Amino acid sequence: MAYFWTIVVLVAALAVAWRFLGSYMAAVFDGRVHWLGWLERPLYRALGTGPDHEQTWKRYAGALLVFSAVSVFATYLVLRLQGSLPLNPQHLGAVSPALAWNTAVSFVTNTNWQNYGGETTLSYLSQMTLVVQQFVTPAVGIAVAIALVRGLSRRSSQTVGNFWVDVTRCLLYILLPIAFVAGLVLVGQGAVQTLAGPATIHDPLNGVTQVIARGPIAFMEAIKQLGTNGGGFLNANAATTFENPTGFTNLLLIFLLLVIPFSLTYTFGKMIGSRRQGAAVLAVMAIIFGTWVGFTSYAEHQANPAVAAAGLAHQPTGNMEGKEVRFGDTSSALFNVASTQTSTGSVNSSADSFTPMGGFGMLTGMMLGEVSPGGDGSGLYTILLFAIIAVFIGGLMIGRTPEYLGKKIQAREVKLAGLGVLVMPIAVLVLTGLAVSLQAGRAGPANVGPHGFTEILYAITSQGNNNGSAFAGLNGNTAFYNVIGGIDMLIGRFAIMVPVLALAGALAAKAVVPESLGTFRTDKPMFVGLTIGAILIVGGLTFFPAVSLGPIVEQLSHGRFF
Amino acid sequence: MLAHLRRSAVFAVVSFVFFGLLYNLAGTGVAQALFPHQANGSLTAGGSSLIGQTWTSTRWFHGRPDNFGPYAANPKTGVAGGDNPLVANGVKGESGATNLGPRSKALVADTRQLVAWWHAHGVDPTTDLVTTSGSGYDPDITPADALVQIPMVSKATGVSPAALRHLIASQTQGRQFGFLGSPIVDVLDLNRALARLE
Repeated sequence: MAYFWTIVVLVAALAVAWRFLGSYMAAVFDGRVHWLGWLERPLYRALGTGPDHEQTWKRYAGALLVFSAVSVFATYLVLRLQGSLPLNPQHLGAVSPALAWNTAVSFVTNTNWQNYGGETTLSYLSQMTLVVQQFVTPAVGIAVAIALVRGLSRRSSQTVGNFWVDVTRCLLYILLPIAFVAGLVLVGQGAVQTLAGPATIHDPLNGVTQVIARGPIAFMEAIKQLGTNGGGFLNANAATTFENPTGFTNLLLIFLLLVIPFSLTYTFGKMIGSRRQGAAVLAVMAIIFGTWVGFTSYAEHQANPAVAAAGLAHQPTGNMEGKEVRFGDTSSALFNVASTQTSTGSVNSSADSFTPMGGFGMLTGMMLGEVSPGGDGSGLYTILLFAIIAVFIGGLMIGRTPEYLGKKIQAREVKLAGLGVLVMPIAVLVLTGLAVSLQAGRAGPANVGPHGFTEILYAITSQGNNNGSAFAGLNGNTAFYNVIGGIDMLIGRFAIMVPVLALAGALAAKAVVPESLGTFRTDKPMFVGLTIGAILIVGGLTFFPAVSLGPIVEQLSHGRFF
Repeated sequence: MLAHLRRSAVFAVVSFVFFGLLYNLAGTGVAQALFPHQANGSLTAGGSSLIGQTWTSTRWFHGRPDNFGPYAANPKTGVAGGDNPLVANGVKGESGATNLGPRSKALVADTRQLVAWWHAHGVDPTTDLVTTSGSGYDPDITPADALVQIPMVSKATGVSPAALRHLIASQTQGRQFGFLGSPIVDVLDLNRALARLE
C-alpha cells in the first residue's frame, strides 16, 4: 500500500512538471526567458556568437564534436594531475592512464560508468571536475534533441539553431536552478556537503574506530540525477546514506532523473505546435516504463533463491540482498528501473544481486535504446528516430510515402533513422562477442555461470547506451575493459548524435505538405502502438539470443547454483 | 574548426569556474550555514547515525551483517573483505555491496553460516539479518529485525524482554509522511538507548 502511494505521488509530481517545466523549457529554447541575461550576454560576447548566429546542422555538429573532444582532454588531464592539484585532503595519487581515459570519456558521454571507487580514488577537485561534465553533457543532449525538434517544426530552413546558445540556456535556466534547490533539500535530509576531509570517530560502546569518507556529495548527487548522469561521489552510489539518506530523498532522486526526459515531450509538442503529438510520444514512453516498473518490482518482491536455499525460504520483505532497509524491495526496484531507463545508471541497491528477472528488467530496459523515457535529450531524439521508423513501416503497409508532422519521410531520412537506431545494438553485440572470446574479457566477472555472462553483457550494454549502471561484480578496471568501454561509449553517444543532427538538417530543409485524408495520424493510439511495436521488435530481435544466455537461463535453472 | 576550438576552450574554462567551483563552493557555503549537522555527516559522539557499525557482542543489537561473520574484513591480509567506511579498526574498505548473484554458491554458503550463527544464539533470523546491504554500512534495521533479537540481547544483558520491546518501540521511526520507505530502527541509537537503560 505504501508503494502504491509512492507511485501515485511520483506520477502526480511528474504530471505537474510535464505541463509546467515542459512549457518553460520550450520558452527557454525559443529565447523567451531572460532572467539571467546579465550572465548570458557577456558569455556570448566572450564566445563571439549569439542567438542571431544560426548554424547549419554541419556547423552545429562540428561545434558539438570539437567541444566534446576538448572536454575529454581537459577531464583526462585533471584526473592524471590530481596528485599535484589542490582540494585533495586524502593525498590521493594520479589516476592510471587507462582508467583516466575511461572515466573522462564516461563523463563526457553522459554515461558515468565508473571503474573506480569514488571515495578511494578521486580527489575533491577531480570529483568537482566531473560535476562540470554532469552539467554540460545533459545540456548537450538536450540541445541535440531541440535541434531535431526545430528540424521538424521549421519549413525550408537551412539552419537548426546555435549550439552554444542552446547549451548555455539549458545550463543557466534549467539545470542550474533545479540542481541547486535539490542539492539543498538533500542536505536538509542528511546528505553530506563539506570540503573537510574524512572524519575519524571512536565508539566506546563496541570499541570500533571508523574513518568516514565525506566530501561535496549532495550537490553532485542533485545534478547527477537531474542530468541523467548517474556517477556518484561514493562507490556504492545512492545506496549510501550520505548520498540518499531517507525514503523521501529516494523519491526525490527518482523524480529528478525522470523529470526532464518526460517533460521534454511537452516541450516537443509545444515547439511543433501540437501538444497532442507530444502526448503521443509521452504515452509510448510511459507505457513501456510502467510495464517494466511493474514486473521488476514484482520480481524483487520474490525471495532470493540463494538465501532460500540457505534455509530462509520465507522472505516476506522480498529479495533484500544488496538492498537498504530504509528503501525496501519495491522502492529499490523502482529506483533502479527509473535509473536504467533514463540512461542514468545510478543505483540505490546492488543491481548484481537482483533476482534473475529483476536483472532482466534492468538489462532489457537499456537494450530498448533508452527511450522510456531515456536520458536528458537523448531519450527524446532516440524515440523520434523510432517514430520515423514507425511511420515508415506504416507507409510500407499501405504503399504511400510516409509523413511525420507534415514532413515527407524519404530514403535519406529513413536511412539516417535506421542508422541511429542500429548503431547501438551493433556496437553492443560485437563488443560483447569480443569480450567473451578473449581471456582478458572472461577474467572480468565475479560470478560464474550465466550470471557471469550477464555481468559482461550488462557492462557493454550499459556503456553502449551511455547509461553507466553496472552489475558491479564485474572487475571493469582492467586495461581491456577500460579501453573497449571507452570506444563503446563514444560510439553510443556520437555515432547516434551525428545522424540525428543530419536528420534535423534534412527535415528542416523540407517544406510542409498539407494534411490529407490519407495522412497517417501520429497523435492517435494506433501510432502509439506502432511505435511501441517498432521499439520492442528492434530490441527483441537484436538482443533476445544474448539475453537468453544470461538472465533467462538463470531464471530457468531451478535449484542449480553456480 | 579554429573558431570551434577557441569557443570550446572558452566554454570549458567558464563552465569549470561556474559548475566545478562556484556551484560546489556556494552549495557548501549555504549547506553549512543552514544545516551544519547534516552537511558534516550527522556526527555524534560515538559515530555517525547514518553509517552502520559492526556489533559483534551479543549484548548489543546487531545491524545488517555487512562486516560480520563470513563478510568480515580480514585484518591479516589488510584486504577490504567486508564493507567498512574508509577504515574500521585499522582495516581499509569502501562503500559497496557483495555483488553476489541470486544463484551464487558463495552466497548460499555465506548465508548458511549466518543462519547457523543466529540459531546458535537462540534467534530465528529475518531476511535483513542474513543479507548484506547495498551500501555495505546500512545503519538501520526494521523493527521486526530488532524484535527477533530480543532473546539473545535479553540473555546477555539481563534486561527483561518486555523492557526491550518497549525500547525498540520507542526507537522506531515510522515511514516518512506515512508512506515513504520502510519503518526503521537506527542500530546505533538503539544500542545507545540500551546502554542508558542498563
